[in-house]
Amino acid sequence: MSDLKQTPLHALHVALGAKMVPFAGYDMPVQYELGVMKEHLHARAKAGLFDVSHMGQIIVRGTTYDAAARGLESLIPVDVLGLGKNRQRYGFFTNADGGIEDDLMLANRGDHVFVVVNAACKDADIAHMKAALEPGVTVTEITDRALLALQGPAAEGVLAALDPRAAEMRFMDVATLDLNGVEVWVSRSGYTGEDGYEISAPMDVAEDIAKALLDHSDVEAIGLGARDSLRLEAGLCLYGHDIDATTTPVEGGLTWAIQNVRRAGGDREGGFPGAEKILAEMDSGAARKRVGLLPAGRAPMREGVVLLVTEDATDSIGTITSGGFGPTVGGPVAMGYVTTEYAALGTTIFGELRGKRQPLTVAKMPFTSANFKR
Amino acid sequence: MKFTEEHEWLRADGDDYVVGITEHATTQLGDLVFVELPEVGTTVTKDEEIVVIESVKAASDIMAPVDGEITEVNTALADDPSLANSDPLGAGWFFKIKPSDASQIDTLMDEAAYNALIS
Repeated sequence: MSDLKQTPLHALHVALGAKMVPFAGYDMPVQYELGVMKEHLHARAKAGLFDVSHMGQIIVRGTTYDAAARGLESLIPVDVLGLGKNRQRYGFFTNADGGIEDDLMLANRGDHVFVVVNAACKDADIAHMKAALEPGVTVTEITDRALLALQGPAAEGVLAALDPRAAEMRFMDVATLDLNGVEVWVSRSGYTGEDGYEISAPMDVAEDIAKALLDHSDVEAIGLGARDSLRLEAGLCLYGHDIDATTTPVEGGLTWAIQNVRRAGGDREGGFPGAEKILAEMDSGAARKRVGLLPAGRAPMREGVVLLVTEDATDSIGTITSGGFGPTVGGPVAMGYVTTEYAALGTTIFGELRGKRQPLTVAKMPFTSANFKR
Repeated sequence: MKFTEEHEWLRADGDDYVVGITEHATTQLGDLVFVELPEVGTTVTKDEEIVVIESVKAASDIMAPVDGEITEVNTALADDPSLANSDPLGAGWFFKIKPSDASQIDTLMDEAAYNALIS
């Protein structure tokens, strides 16, 4: 009846009592028996294990790393060529209008680029790369590996107990480690605002590795519900909500990901879809900006809430794109787009909730302090 | 105790009824993070949306189980919505209502009927 796909950890989720929901075409755990709130707090206090096997894992390979990197730079406004060996970096595919087609992680794994993309976009991303890069550069989806994320302050101790080299990695390093005799591709990164790792493991041993990690008393399985509240508190964008094909990197506040070498005046300035628009916006500013928002009351303001300048204004100045209760903050948090003149930190605006206008303050993100091992 | 199809429970308290939501409801909703209660003295109509609750996942409404007047609300619940998860039949109560037509109470489910509904 259902044509939902399953990850290699599906049976484990069910055995752990997860509540399963459809997400990006996969049957995924939204929460386990602990519940979203406790799972969130556990990941911030100790360590959480997330199944992110639905995401796309792709190897982009040319005759050399540089050949593959040059190809990707024609699609991504990031310094891929200058990425050090065994280092990782955030990026995104842009379109001709300067919008974002997907956001992603890129890693220099010596002779190839390892790319991790969002589940909902992976087929389009792969087609996009193949069309632009092949045959000189090959694009291969990895379909025989699971992807696990181990996140939280205890993650280092947990993973280092299985391979001590995990402790030597710093934020955004990548390495090949050995977990119980299995070769895994590890990055010291994640999407929770916590220190931690993402672990690409052969699918036939993924459940064994997940169980070995869960055996540690500091580790709990964490579902998509808490993954969303963790990334929201960390100020990180959810593709399709906070950024999409109609939002530019300048509007989205993601210009930090565009290194100088790709900017106006850089050695490899532009050369990606929408470069003219994006570089012009970097110079002159965008008409709207993604901002952090703290609702003044206790009521969460969620995606779709309309933002206004005053309690009785008629014209909208923007919309909330992600919002909810932040368990670590202990109150509602949100992000959304506002007209640039209202984007300054500390600006009070209003959101319409159940017919009533309630104040929110433009606030700095992340809402919780990041805890990376730089 | 009486129950509604909307997963509310009612327990007699003198002429009033204390109203909350069932453990089945709180399990389905997940951790509650926000509760907006009606004002004491409000006259309400059966099935009128009178309470807003928000869990970590979504907002939902609680409806008046019968016609009547709100005589008391649980301010402790507004301060700590997690009481509805930790003690749904006790400290997590929502409001007290004085029915204007006591016969409406008789139309609600008893515990056996409610358990059959959720099983």
